[in-house]
Amino acid sequence: MQPALEQVWSWLGELPDPEIPVVSLTDLGIIRDVAWEGGTLVVTVTPTYSGCPAAGVISLDIERHLRARGIDDLRLERRLSPPWTTDWITPKAREALRVYGIAPPVGTAARASRMTGAAGPVACPRCGSEATEKVSQFGSTPCKAAWRCRDCLEPFDYFKCH
Amino acid sequence: MAPAMSDVMTPDAAELARRSQGSGRAPLAIGSPGHDLFLGLARLGDNTLILGHRVSEWCGHAPILEEDIALANMALDLIGQTQLWLGLAGQVEGAGRDADALAFRRDAWDFCNLLLVERPNGDFGQTLMRQFLFDAWHQPMLAALEGSSDARIAEIAAKAGKEVAYHVERSADLVIRLGDGTEESHARMQAALNALWPYTGEMFLGDATDARLAEAGIMPAPESLRAPWDATVNAVLAEATLTRPVGTFAHRGGKQGRHTEHLGHLLATMQWLQRAYPDARW
Ligand SMILES: [Zn+2]
Repeated sequence: MQPALEQVWSWLGELPDPEIPVVSLTDLGIIRDVAWEGGTLVVTVTPTYSGCPAAGVISLDIERHLRARGIDDLRLERRLSPPWTTDWITPKAREALRVYGIAPPVGTAARASRMTGAAGPVACPRCGSEATEKVSQFGSTPCKAAWRCRDCLEPFDYFKCH
Repeated sequence: MAPAMSDVMTPDAAELARRSQGSGRAPLAIGSPGHDLFLGLARLGDNTLILGHRVSEWCGHAPILEEDIALANMALDLIGQTQLWLGLAGQVEGAGRDADALAFRRDAWDFCNLLLVERPNGDFGQTLMRQFLFDAWHQPMLAALEGSSDARIAEIAAKAGKEVAYHVERSADLVIRLGDGTEESHARMQAALNALWPYTGEMFLGDATDARLAEAGIMPAPESLRAPWDATVNAVLAEATLTRPVGTFAHRGGKQGRHTEHLGHLLATMQWLQRAYPDARW
């Protein structure tokens, strides 16, 4: 018997992002669609950045996880359009990022300044101060920028609007 | 043994290699819509591949850690975009070559990147100036491609455009900071600009393939990108207190497969493993 799509979504919700394990793939908004085509389950995934090194691992994780739950007939499809945006990250995941030490995206991608990748002040995830400054456009991964706090003096990653 | 006379006398090394390989040539007829599309996509993918590789050469060598990370990330973006462009090129070609085959199994004369992106890294200033001059072209190029009559091209351009928006902000910001910086940094940025300038004209020179692609609404005419490029470059150079060179001479040929010696050296490094161990997996 085919598992219901709701069940499949909840299984996918258990999968952590390989680079930021406190958020799930569904919370990041990169799983765009799940559908049965006859007896085949089609999972549609969109990449965050075109060169994201985690993309291969993500596909492998999805496949392994669903196969372990008895879905053998499975196909992964890549969808580029509309391109992934940080606007799809759920409020729950934003809070999880902050607790983890990564400042979540500030505002929506359309309103963000490209110089800062934010549509407003970026608060330090450690002390909450808004006296922060960008160190570099890019942080430890393409989706993040390197920032620092002028109050607690700690450096931190900012998940820039995209 | 001395080389055969026919080898020595063949003026076109590329043609010689094709003949000896038998089927190295794309099966699409030169000048056909399919071949034009393949070539247009390969030009886009080769630009991002070669520049991405050049930028990756800095990994572990940049002046400070933040710049090292930033350069590696930009290289990653560019190589990711390459997978999309060359992947589609291979699909269009229909000869069973995927992005990896196109990147690792072609010779220098089959690459059609702009000469600008194969320029050696030089010092950090030259790397940054090359990036800025390219980004200022790449952004309007992708913006125009978002309106392509080919939906596959439009969606790749939309994806890449979001990444390149950050690239141009970064490279412009650094050109301004270093140009309007110390005497030393200013002098290096001006020297970099002067040295790279003759390689910028090629970005705006179209050939018959470009004209047919533009006619079909698939890709913009290269000349149409000159005005937005000029606007960005003039504004940034002015703020950076750098002087725009007056020369109009343009080195050309990269798009048609005629490269400087630097590309061969780059490919020797980039393709070594796949050449030595074809189809290696790990
Ligand atoms: Zn702080």
